Amino acid sequence: MAETKYHTKGLECWDKAKELRTKYYKDYAKAHDRGALRWEGGAWSFDALPQALEGEVHPLTEEPYGASVGADPETQVRYQEAAEGKWGCARDLCAYLRSYWGSIILDEYFFGGKWPKADFIFQNHICCSHGKWLQVVAELEGGQIPYFCFDVGAGPYDKIGERQINYVVEQLYDGIEFLEKTTGRKIVDEKLIQNVYNTYRSACYWSKVCELNQAIPAPLDEKSMYSLYVLGTLQKSSQEIADFYVELYEEVKERVANQIAAVGNERCRVLGDSQPPWGFLRILRYMEEYGIVSIGSLYTFSLIGWWQIDDDGNLVPYPTLEDQGITIKDREHALRLLAEGELRGKLMWAPFYGAKFKNELVKKIARQWKCDAAMIHLNRGCEGTAMHQMELKIALAETGLPVMTYEGNMADEREFDEARDMRLIDLFLTETMGLKKLAD
Amino acid sequence: MEPIEKFLEVWRHRHDYARDWKARTGGKVVGYFCTYVPEEILYTADILPVRILGGHEPPNLASPHVFDMWCPFCRDCLSQGLAEKYDYLDGIMIAQSCLHVRQAFGAWEIHIPTPWKYYLCMPNAVRSPRAKPFLAGELASFKEAVEEWTGKPITDEALDKGIEIMNTNRRLMKQVYEFRKEDIPPVIGTEAMMMVWASQLMDKREHNELLKQFVEELPNRKLERDPGIRLMIVGSENDDRPFMEMVESIGGIFVIEDHCTGSRYFWDEVVPGEDRISAIANRYCDRIPCPSKDWGATDWQRKRFPHILNLAREYRAEGVILTQQKFCDPHECDIPSLRRYLEDNGLPCYFLEFEVTVPVGQFRIRVEAFLEQIRAEELFV
Repeated sequence: MAETKYHTKGLECWDKAKELRTKYYKDYAKAHDRGALRWEGGAWSFDALPQALEGEVHPLTEEPYGASVGADPETQVRYQEAAEGKWGCARDLCAYLRSYWGSIILDEYFFGGKWPKADFIFQNHICCSHGKWLQVVAELEGGQIPYFCFDVGAGPYDKIGERQINYVVEQLYDGIEFLEKTTGRKIVDEKLIQNVYNTYRSACYWSKVCELNQAIPAPLDEKSMYSLYVLGTLQKSSQEIADFYVELYEEVKERVANQIAAVGNERCRVLGDSQPPWGFLRILRYMEEYGIVSIGSLYTFSLIGWWQIDDDGNLVPYPTLEDQGITIKDREHALRLLAEGELRGKLMWAPFYGAKFKNELVKKIARQWKCDAAMIHLNRGCEGTAMHQMELKIALAETGLPVMTYEGNMADEREFDEARDMRLIDLFLTETMGLKKLAD
Repeated sequence: MEPIEKFLEVWRHRHDYARDWKARTGGKVVGYFCTYVPEEILYTADILPVRILGGHEPPNLASPHVFDMWCPFCRDCLSQGLAEKYDYLDGIMIAQSCLHVRQAFGAWEIHIPTPWKYYLCMPNAVRSPRAKPFLAGELASFKEAVEEWTGKPITDEALDKGIEIMNTNRRLMKQVYEFRKEDIPPVIGTEAMMMVWASQLMDKREHNELLKQFVEELPNRKLERDPGIRLMIVGSENDDRPFMEMVESIGGIFVIEDHCTGSRYFWDEVVPGEDRISAIANRYCDRIPCPSKDWGATDWQRKRFPHILNLAREYRAEGVILTQQKFCDPHECDIPSLRRYLEDNGLPCYFLEFEVTVPVGQFRIRVEAFLEQIRAEELFV
């Protein structure tokens, strides 16, 4: 192998990320053996609440589960065919949702054993499918499972005032009432407060990590970032996970200081959009042969990361509670801060309110992260993250950025034509970008 | 002109109607996506609300803006806008609903010049006790925005007028629907839905006058046809007249439906209250929900299912045609459960997926087979 332009090496905390993820799925499966509770919800659920119940509690978030299944196309097809064939759902529904339903129908847990039924559902809703997804799960699991669903569709980040925050805070109180009534356990305020601190650290430190990727060379490539942000989608309120993001931040800061690159021969920085086709992440490694580093996307940055726009119009990480000098006083204060952070900081929700929001945010990313091109995965598997993708293409192209789109599905291999899309990528990189593969 | 002929004319020439209305009244016209838009407040300000509907033409103009996995209805609506069919609109608005329609609104905001634009943040969790006060706040902001735009304050008396226009319209359409319960209904499903489509397109004060006339005529109206098999049709947006007519030409009659272009649009009235804005908010949270909002805050059961079953029983439907716009996630999530629910309650179902244009020939064969299935069941009972 020829010498690379920049020094490169793997992340030291990589194995820890993998261990945390493995433990999470194992803990959920074995929870009942230890007298612990299990609950199902979305990656955006307010996990700080059920995790504040007395005793041991373990969550299973549905989207990361669907993504894990999606990375194994053979199993994914089997699960989805069960949902389509045995339950009768449409093939164009959310790919994660179909894998999840199929998994229940086949009574199979992707991480081994039979499907571990939850004790209750604690969902949140912003895209069309979320409340409905676990509604059907409740049916599939016999119709007796207690169900709670929040609405966080209170408006875009720049319209969040007291009324919008109150709307969510009041629902959080309802959620506490539901949890206590359903489980017979009490919410422990000390745990709740700590969970809110942890949620802030997970969300804000992930944003700080992403911000570091503005450096040239980029210390992280998007394929690796997928394995890192996922922890925040599993249980952002956990102490271990919040600590992991602080540790990761320190390590990535070191990489930037020492010019340690994710891609040794970085010479072109691209921007993505939406989830990738999980079963085919090798396309990202293939692009590295051209010296390309995918630096991230609105999706990767803000699925769990919280952001704000500063006075200069730049995207900057949302401040941690420590940065804001805030000490949480009590339950009310904790719930209010939780709602405020999610509604004001989670810019991933902005596209739900219009293409103009997504366009403006992604144009900022393109400029601040010094992108040379954008490669948009038209994701047939997720309506939420695929909102306004064609508008985004137009908006980015108008800034002079070369943009390509390729159609696929994050977690349905039957909708991803790998050979065709690789050909499209080759054409874009060679003909539009004028790049050649680097010599070995 | 007979009311039914007038409804058909307005539906066919909706843009001419709206232009003419503007010329006659000097008022403003607002196009709206989704039936969660509180038309009461628009009527209060003498604005004509016009629902954005598709043209049932290939939505080519929408392709650069919305790729093909989004529902054909939203692409068709956007395409109609991009083709400047709605160039008379003074405003465009949406009440937060499914992602598909929001996709069309998002592109419309950017590419179709419309002087006034509004996104009304309709809550998703309509059954949460927190939804009504939140929506009341949203409606108060919306009212202020309309006042600022028109330069006229909206008084309680004006709100009463808006509520009354809408409630009268709902009440009269329900009276028409009562006739559909008869053994030989004097109004077929296509006509009934055309009446609803027209109500979404024309000034409801004029629509109300036509409805009064129609209600008076109905006791004496006799249709020269075998009533046929009584059907219910359920699903997402449907203004597909050729499909409706086809089914009613081969031995079926639609006696009731659950569509946002049908009964779901007008079934519930505003219950007047001292606080008018709260009264309107209550109506939109309590109405029969679109599947995108049909989940409970604290229980998973759907409100719409027992309502559909009750309608089917009240109107004595013998079978149900379940339809959806292709890619419509909220309906796709509900249909497997709804089908089981209805079949378990003795109602045979048949599912059809709609596109911008439907293959009437193929659908005819499929519906004929469904009607034969129902007849066969009758033979062996």
